[in-house]
Amino acid sequence: MSAPLIEAHGLSKRYGAFTAVDHIDMRLDEGEVFGFLGPNGSGKSTTILMLLGLTEPSEGDVTVLGHNPTRDPMAVKRQVGYLPETVGFYPDLTGKQNLEYTAALNRIPRADADRRIKELLEMVELGHAIDQPVGQYSRGMRQRLGFADVLLKQPKLVILDDPTLGLDPTGIQWLLGLIEEMSKNQAITILLSSHALQEVQRVCDRVAIMSHGKIVLQGTVTSLTAGDGTTGYHIAVEVRSAKPGLVEAARELPGVTSADLSGNLLTVHAERDVRPQLISSLIANGGELLEVRARNRSLEDIYLRYFQEGALA
Amino acid sequence: MNAIYWKELADHFGRRRFLLLLGLVAIGTLWGVYVTTQAVQGGTGSLDQFLFLDIFTSGSGVLPSLLFFISFFGPLIGIALGFDAVNSERTHGTLSRILAQPVYRDAVINGKFLAGVTALAVVIVSMELAIIGLGMFILGFAPRGEEIVRIVGFTLVSIAYLAFWLALATTASVFLRNTVASALVTLGIWLFSGFIILLLANVAADYFAPLSSNAADAARNFSIQTWISRVSPGFLFQEATQTLLDPLTSRSQQPLDLIFSLSPERLEGLLLTPISAAESLKLVWPHIVALITGVAILFTGAYAKFMREEIRS
Repeated sequence: MSAPLIEAHGLSKRYGAFTAVDHIDMRLDEGEVFGFLGPNGSGKSTTILMLLGLTEPSEGDVTVLGHNPTRDPMAVKRQVGYLPETVGFYPDLTGKQNLEYTAALNRIPRADADRRIKELLEMVELGHAIDQPVGQYSRGMRQRLGFADVLLKQPKLVILDDPTLGLDPTGIQWLLGLIEEMSKNQAITILLSSHALQEVQRVCDRVAIMSHGKIVLQGTVTSLTAGDGTTGYHIAVEVRSAKPGLVEAARELPGVTSADLSGNLLTVHAERDVRPQLISSLIANGGELLEVRARNRSLEDIYLRYFQEGALA
Repeated sequence: MNAIYWKELADHFGRRRFLLLLGLVAIGTLWGVYVTTQAVQGGTGSLDQFLFLDIFTSGSGVLPSLLFFISFFGPLIGIALGFDAVNSERTHGTLSRILAQPVYRDAVINGKFLAGVTALAVVIVSMELAIIGLGMFILGFAPRGEEIVRIVGFTLVSIAYLAFWLALATTASVFLRNTVASALVTLGIWLFSGFIILLLANVAADYFAPLSSNAADAARNFSIQTWISRVSPGFLFQEATQTLLDPLTSRSQQPLDLIFSLSPERLEGLLLTPISAAESLKLVWPHIVALITGVAILFTGAYAKFMREEIRS
């Protein structure tokens, strides 16, 4: 296995008495899509700034692509694409001119730059607005231009700071598709921060959840949701009429820990997703099923525990 | 830094603000030429063998000299080009995007400053060429060699003077996040150094060395006043340009200690003949150095603030 792209140990950032990032350890391997999740104000952006050398850590050490971002920011910035939380462009310049400036700052030869800019703008579906001043772009268009800007330098690692913020559902789907495309076809490693766990979990190989400056959970999405037995799956079945024997049939299924019927609603707790077995068993016992819903308890728990509190605060 | 320099330069020339500056230049040119023609026709000015230089130095009736116009309005040009240099990038969100590219932070300040100085030089040189051209048209003869040397010296002093104000405004734009605040603070300093320091110099001189019939007291009074006034860049500029452009009449306004620093034999000659161009340049050299030192001090502060600062989007 190759060396990790990002490695941090005991990384901390304090502002006076306030600790924004509190001794976090993280590691990112080549080719991963890493979800960096947590409510607003949990320290995600500050961590990202430290990875890019845009702010200095108070404590701990971090290497990005083998370089220290504070001491050797150029080496890091040559290979890392960064999309800030609110991406800004020069409003008087056209989309193309804005990208040309980025290309010049990266010392990309003129001819190469022209070709790549054209390709990238087509890819982010801005081909029609190429010569329009960015001041006239909508928020979604600016975000897409931001993606083109990030990819212009052909980065090894892309860091996206809350890219779904302010996008509509279609925009989010488009963006997740693009992230998958970048990861699979261009072999770019991606660090994606988000305040919306449920939106981005499908594209992430691994996630870390931050809360109050600490990483509280880290692992693959499936390992986080596997639960510890007390949580697991909750399945709610709506039946047309409460027939005797349904509850017993459900209780007898392997993996089911409890089943209760109240009115027309059968609630089943299980260690794993037993919906197929449950449905056939209920039908075999004469149940007329109207609806079957499964709730993944642990993911919901995570959400309530770490994200809601942030939203309320 | 090259990329930043060229982009900023293109920005300067593309802005509406720059048209305003060209308007000021046009007014300045007409001002100088009008005052001179008045003087030539009415014989009100102090005309001498340096007729070309008189375009810059002679006033007529209610209108003060072109020199005064430049020393008063010149700083506004420098301030206009610099007051939002860095903080507008912050508010547009472009700063974090630019600094995520492989660019040294000081290159951002330097590129912007050098582009501004170039724009200032273009403004000043074009104004002088217009004045010389119109002057030749009206007076009917070309400037002599010595006059050209003096005008070139004047150009350098003017560029250094406006560059000082540009540096001050750029520094303010690093320290103050709000463009309005940075404009107001720089304008405040401009007013303070233009009027209040000169008033204070007067008061201080009268306090420490009250005027009496004694010539030594008068010299001391004048010396104190001059040295305090030199804190003001506008005063430095006026002193230097006076020496350069008004070799004859300036001797009466020449700070006494400048005259005293010359040997008695020189002093004797001075009362009768103008100082040579080389001598004038030697006299103003410290002024140019003082202005450049001012720029260096300001930039040291700006770098210290900017180099390790956190850049949030």
